Amino acid sequence: MTKNLRVKTSEYIDETNRISFKFNGKTYHGYKGDTLASALLANDVHLVGRSFKYHRPRGIMSSGSEEPNAIVQINPNSDRTEPNVRATEVEIYEGLEATSQNCWPSVEFDIGGINNFLSAFLPAGFYYKTFMWPASFWEKYEFFIRHSAGLGKSPTKNDPDIYDHRNLHFDVLVVGAGISGILAAKNAAKNNFKTLLVDEKNELGGSTIYENNEFNKIDNKTSSEWLKKEIEEIKGIKNLEIKTRTSVAAYHQYNYLLARENLTDHLETKDKTNKIRQRLLKIRAKKVILATGALERPLIFNNNDRPGIMLSSAVKKYSEFYGVACGSKNVFFTNNDSAYESALSLYNKGINVEAIIDIREQSESKIVRKVKETGIKIYWSHSIVDTDGYKRLNSVSIMKLSNDGTSVTGSKISISCDCLGVAGGWTPAVHLYTQSGCKLVFDEEKNVFIPNQNTSNQISVGSCDGDFKIDEIIKNLNQKLKDNFNIKETDLDNMKVEIDQENSKRNIWLLPSNKPLGKTKPFVDYQNDATAKDIKLALREGFRSIEHVKRYTTTGMGTDQGKLGNMHALGIIADTAGVKMGELGTTTFRPPYTPLTFGTIVGRNVGKFFDIFRRTPMNNWHVENKAEFENVGQWKRAWYYPINGETMHQAVQRESKAARESAGILDASTLGKIDIQGSDASEFLNRVYTNAWSKLAIGKCRYGLMLNEDGMVYDDGVTTRLGENHYIMSTTTGGAANVLGKLEDYLQTEWPELDVYLTSVTDHYATASLCGPNSKKILKKIIPDLDLSDENFPHMSFKETNIGDIQCRIMRISFTGEHSYEINVQASYGKDLWEKCMEAGKEFNITPYGTETMHLLRAEKGFIIVGQDTDGTMTPIDLQMDWIVSKKKYDFIGKRSLYRSDTMRKDRKQLVGLLTDDPKIVLEEGAQIVSKLNQSPVEMLGHVTSSYFSPNLNKSIALAVVRGGKDMMGKKLFIPMKDKNINVTVANPVFYDEKNERLNA
Amino acid sequence: MFLINCPYCGERDQQEFKAGGEAHIERPKQPTELSDDEWAEYLFMRKNIKGVQFERWNHAHGCRKWFNMVRDTSNDEIKAIYKMGEKPPSQ
Repeated sequence: MTKNLRVKTSEYIDETNRISFKFNGKTYHGYKGDTLASALLANDVHLVGRSFKYHRPRGIMSSGSEEPNAIVQINPNSDRTEPNVRATEVEIYEGLEATSQNCWPSVEFDIGGINNFLSAFLPAGFYYKTFMWPASFWEKYEFFIRHSAGLGKSPTKNDPDIYDHRNLHFDVLVVGAGISGILAAKNAAKNNFKTLLVDEKNELGGSTIYENNEFNKIDNKTSSEWLKKEIEEIKGIKNLEIKTRTSVAAYHQYNYLLARENLTDHLETKDKTNKIRQRLLKIRAKKVILATGALERPLIFNNNDRPGIMLSSAVKKYSEFYGVACGSKNVFFTNNDSAYESALSLYNKGINVEAIIDIREQSESKIVRKVKETGIKIYWSHSIVDTDGYKRLNSVSIMKLSNDGTSVTGSKISISCDCLGVAGGWTPAVHLYTQSGCKLVFDEEKNVFIPNQNTSNQISVGSCDGDFKIDEIIKNLNQKLKDNFNIKETDLDNMKVEIDQENSKRNIWLLPSNKPLGKTKPFVDYQNDATAKDIKLALREGFRSIEHVKRYTTTGMGTDQGKLGNMHALGIIADTAGVKMGELGTTTFRPPYTPLTFGTIVGRNVGKFFDIFRRTPMNNWHVENKAEFENVGQWKRAWYYPINGETMHQAVQRESKAARESAGILDASTLGKIDIQGSDASEFLNRVYTNAWSKLAIGKCRYGLMLNEDGMVYDDGVTTRLGENHYIMSTTTGGAANVLGKLEDYLQTEWPELDVYLTSVTDHYATASLCGPNSKKILKKIIPDLDLSDENFPHMSFKETNIGDIQCRIMRISFTGEHSYEINVQASYGKDLWEKCMEAGKEFNITPYGTETMHLLRAEKGFIIVGQDTDGTMTPIDLQMDWIVSKKKYDFIGKRSLYRSDTMRKDRKQLVGLLTDDPKIVLEEGAQIVSKLNQSPVEMLGHVTSSYFSPNLNKSIALAVVRGGKDMMGKKLFIPMKDKNINVTVANPVFYDEKNERLNA
Repeated sequence: MFLINCPYCGERDQQEFKAGGEAHIERPKQPTELSDDEWAEYLFMRKNIKGVQFERWNHAHGCRKWFNMVRDTSNDEIKAIYKMGEKPPSQ
């Protein structure tokens, strides 16, 4: 049954390298150099998929990335499977498998095909209109809609491939390696511009490389022959880098472009492993030359979508480039001369061309005359009114077109054929140009949107700028190169170009049929099955904006983004609504130009590289001792240290008790540390903290609260005065970077007169926090010479000393309420310090504890954690921390806001303690608090911010923010949960050692 | 993605920078003298112009210096960049 349609040897097809591949389970053969599409066509396979809505049989339409129909699932049963891949872009390799999509049970017999016969009941907006009511049925509808939606299947396993990102910087980036791109890149590089030339295909040369029109000559050679020499030449230019299989996906501002470089997709599976599959190139270029070419448009006529109906240019490329005949009885349908080139190309290879149907009245160009000489029948002023053949085209019916092009007359002629090449003119590929933010203008004469401006940083050249003829292209390119690159002479100056005469064109966006529009199916968007009649329906229903029509009809919303049909949609709207296309504008072209894989987008940032993380110098000890870890900002912090299979709760209870009963040790290295120096350091601290700093003695520590200018608590921490003009500030772990940023901001912008220098030293120190009643004895063992008496080293003071030869800074400060020391050493000695503490503490059963126990211990003391008990809406007054807000200071950041009417309201949410009536019940953090039950709606008074079971108090404790909570001491409130209401009593947030006696224990 | 000419380091990619909102809003020298409305004007009110806007930017992953930028928000054209404390260019 299958025929071999390989018609001649092509230099791009290696016939010595035969490749077998599978399509829909059947084995076929092709050659190295084939795409999946060309190999299938060589095997006479046109039917490759089903359309999205009506499940109509569809074939290969084009030869490039604009393909709307031939989208397939690659390697369906492997980890590397990929859906929605254009068969026209897949280079075949031994063992490749591909299947059709959107069909069941098979592409040959698809149940969904019933939709085609129901199409009269499935107009544009069908889903919007039908599934609106009754509203309660939505869940049932959704089940069916979800099952019928979607094209291919996403892989279910992890992607086995590696992806990469790379930054590139060039003087000039040339996008597209057709004749314009090659000439532009060559001349830029030769004039000492570092140039990058990229093209999405695997071969350079664009469409010119297989252009053999004998009437278009450059330097007396056919353009393809001439271009091949140029390609050889540019490969040797030093300044020029060339990347093929590289598709520019996005063009952002300031000449920042993203491109996908495809490295292994064309290789056999065994050669793919351990290689980078695709690389995202992040290109910054001083100048960008867009040479993206043009896409051929189809024509819009009744049943213009059958397998076997293709773009005329694609028929030519398959014949000239791949050596494949797309059919054995070919017909062309055109509105311009380019179909004649395709017809001649087939004719010269002995492939049968039945007829050319031309909607124009006449053309007298050389190529048309040449075709006439061959005897191929040409039907002038005729249009196709219908096509026949369900899974493969078998005939077209034509009729005479009226003079005004709106109707057909006369009798119907039927022409038998198995391939129809359609040529509707060329659309400049302006996608990247518009992505860069520039505007289009409609060229009335050429009937296309073209770039409105070339800037000093960006030019469009060749057919993407609306130049379709080779002499125009060369002339305009030459001028642009000279203007933009300040070049006096180029080798384009002496090029001798001969071309065929003017191309005449006749543009009719929607071709008439002998049937009324309602009885026809003229497809505009093939993939989404949007027809001209859908577009007209949208207009009748009142849609006017092109963006609305697009969304209502889904025109241009497929994976191909309407590269073929968008212009027709615009044309039909313009004709129907009676407006000019230029006024209508276009829909927005958004990145990516062709779909990108997720792998390319994320590159190496997967798994453990998803985000950077920071580890403390003691980290290995924590790992060796089986700590569980918690992410705090970017830090990996020891969370708790389970022993003998303890649960988190058991471990935390044990750690918390040990820290209060004997001794605990915490890795506090992650706290932010900012070194502050300068003659105005004290004044600076006065301005950034709410309390007074001028009188802090050298060697003393003080807790400070930092606000935002709006009066809300921003950060807190202990700052120590190391010298007259020298402080070290500690910040919260998560807030360190932001605090430094904020302080720098004020210093640079508001108070540049202050002599203050800030340095982040967070990573420079490792900090072990030693706490508990035996902490003093342990420290004494480590540093026997240091006088640890309360007189010499009281709470909130600092000593600089040595542990052996290691310098250290010790602050006697406490976040647990216990007698405790924070010992800071140079980071590289951190683990050593930690081990010394553990060794010395052994006899006291020193217990390492993690962040969870730290949180519990501080909650027992009612100490807040910024970000847990505050959320950017809490003032110090709300936190019942009035004591830390200086009344005497004239100003500090946020002071004025504390006197705003809103921040002084009595019914603000305020921090309180909560005790559950049943001491065993531990509240859920985030639980809502109410004062009344059985009322709806009920007023939410606030929520629980911190909640633990305290082993030291043997009861549950919680901190909460409650509206007007300050005046509710002792009041009964309720926490309504899903299955029960919990009774709670408002209490003092300091649950443990209210008099701070343990600090000096 | 902008290419920003840091006045201290030269041209760098936008991802090295942090935007800091509207420029030339000076912190009042005597906040306590201000009425609630006047303070709110300083604290909350920011322009959101379609067109030429004066902004603060910080070379956060570079020299960490703050500077000012004149940017046309309608097309993201950076019209001028100048150091903190320097006079804004006249429009």
